[in-house]
Amino acid sequence: MADKVAIIGVGYTPPRPLTPDVSYKEMTYEAAVKSYHDANLSSHKDIDGFVTCAEDLLEGTSIFDEYTPDQLGAVQKPMHTISGDALYGIATAYMKIKTGLMNIVVVEAHSKASNIKTLPHILNYAVDPILNRPLNLHPYYIAGLEMQSFLAQTKTTPEQCASVVVKNKKNALRNDLSCFGANLTLQEVLNSAQTFSPLTKLQTVDHVDGAIVFVLASEKTAKKLHKKPIWVKGCGWISDSPTLETRNWDECDYAKLSSKMAYKQAGIKNPRTQIDFFEVDDTFSYKELQHLEAIGVYKKGTAGEACLKGDLNPTGKTPVNVSGGSLGIGSLLEASGGFRILEIIKQLRGEAGVRQLKKNKTALALAWRGIPTASGACVILATK
Amino acid sequence: MEVKGTTISKQDIESGKVLFTKGDPNAHYTWDTGIGIGRYLEGLREGKIWGTYCKKCNRTVVPPRVFCELCFSPVIEWKQLKDTGIINTFSICYVNWDASRVETPHLPAVIEIDGASKGCGILHVLDEVNPKEIHVGMKVKAVWKRPEERTGSILDIQYFKPY
Repeated sequence: MADKVAIIGVGYTPPRPLTPDVSYKEMTYEAAVKSYHDANLSSHKDIDGFVTCAEDLLEGTSIFDEYTPDQLGAVQKPMHTISGDALYGIATAYMKIKTGLMNIVVVEAHSKASNIKTLPHILNYAVDPILNRPLNLHPYYIAGLEMQSFLAQTKTTPEQCASVVVKNKKNALRNDLSCFGANLTLQEVLNSAQTFSPLTKLQTVDHVDGAIVFVLASEKTAKKLHKKPIWVKGCGWISDSPTLETRNWDECDYAKLSSKMAYKQAGIKNPRTQIDFFEVDDTFSYKELQHLEAIGVYKKGTAGEACLKGDLNPTGKTPVNVSGGSLGIGSLLEASGGFRILEIIKQLRGEAGVRQLKKNKTALALAWRGIPTASGACVILATK
Repeated sequence: MEVKGTTISKQDIESGKVLFTKGDPNAHYTWDTGIGIGRYLEGLREGKIWGTYCKKCNRTVVPPRVFCELCFSPVIEWKQLKDTGIINTFSICYVNWDASRVETPHLPAVIEIDGASKGCGILHVLDEVNPKEIHVGMKVKAVWKRPEERTGSILDIQYFKPY
């Protein structure tokens, strides 16, 4: 088994709501070239294997993995596609290197959300076709059900959920990659159009296009190629039972168990003191709070108050989504977790500019696979 | 041992004896063509076939692309190709989507376009040809729609025919 695995390269295209000027292949090529340059690779031929993260129905192409090699320089190389978030790809690349099978592995994810004209209908295709789909409801009702249960069980208030939106959109103003930065008040968030109550419009992400590519390498190669390798300390991923009728609505077992898996590998006993900052899924306002409680950073029913008090701000005790999160940057479908990792890499390298945190040694990224899933992945990164 | 099973009739389904749930996907997309394929489609609208040349690999490909997938270089040159070529491979297709027989067979073929490198061509259909006479290496030419009918689509070429 290889001792350690690091991320040594990252390249991306700036997220934008529309990208009619480039195809997904051209967008991904740009991210790949930048990533390989960042990793100081002398040639794409040095890469041993490739992992892409994509869903056929989001691409509109069956067996989409057939269309992934060209833009990564992966023609006639080992390549496979995972139908999940970029964090699953990071975990897979980590394992490939850990086993000693490969030395350098690339992970790619992208979003062309603007090309999907019926996205809610595509998401609805993920709910049970016999038991749930005939109800013919916009699938975001599932977030409404989950938020209702979370508020009831934890006594979290709508104001506390709204404070996540205020924080993340404000953080996004300091991130030039963000599409939805804004200075908002709690009342503006709460008074925005009611959508899937208790959700309001501003508590839900908008989608954007973009591509991101990572280069991971074994310890020896990582140290040789990059001055600031970012070490993968732990990875976890969990799928809960999918049924909407019997799932645990107020707690995220996928987040709890995937973080537990990653903590064990990383030797984390107390995430709040041992991890400097967090980039966690915030597809809906309450999800950030729910995730923080599930991964043990806050006790049940206390994350909301912490956010409202400012503890989750960049200058607070526990910075969360300094990047602006998906509420601020925009959701990039399967690439969303990739942009959480991007922020962590920038922070850990000391390259985050105006957002640079002083405590920047260890960080955690958490991805949720979105409506209607009860699945997610967790990655812990560190400078040492 | 023969397992006979139980026959299900259309009436069994229609009468509700066998239960099932129907669903039709509402899946609609508008795929961005990007720089490479965008220019290719613009060319087709003008009655031209564009390819790209990679100097490093000494290879001209069609449809064009803005980077070479083999050497990974973005340094490519645009090259207008002829609308003629030779058949690389073909099939004579007698079966419809619903498995019924077609009266006039469909004739898909890969046509290596003149000016492109060996093995690089367009997937299209053949017409104005006796299926029995089609062969690998046959010289064919594009039959275009009238200029006012072209939309910037692969269908701006109606088909290829021998010449």
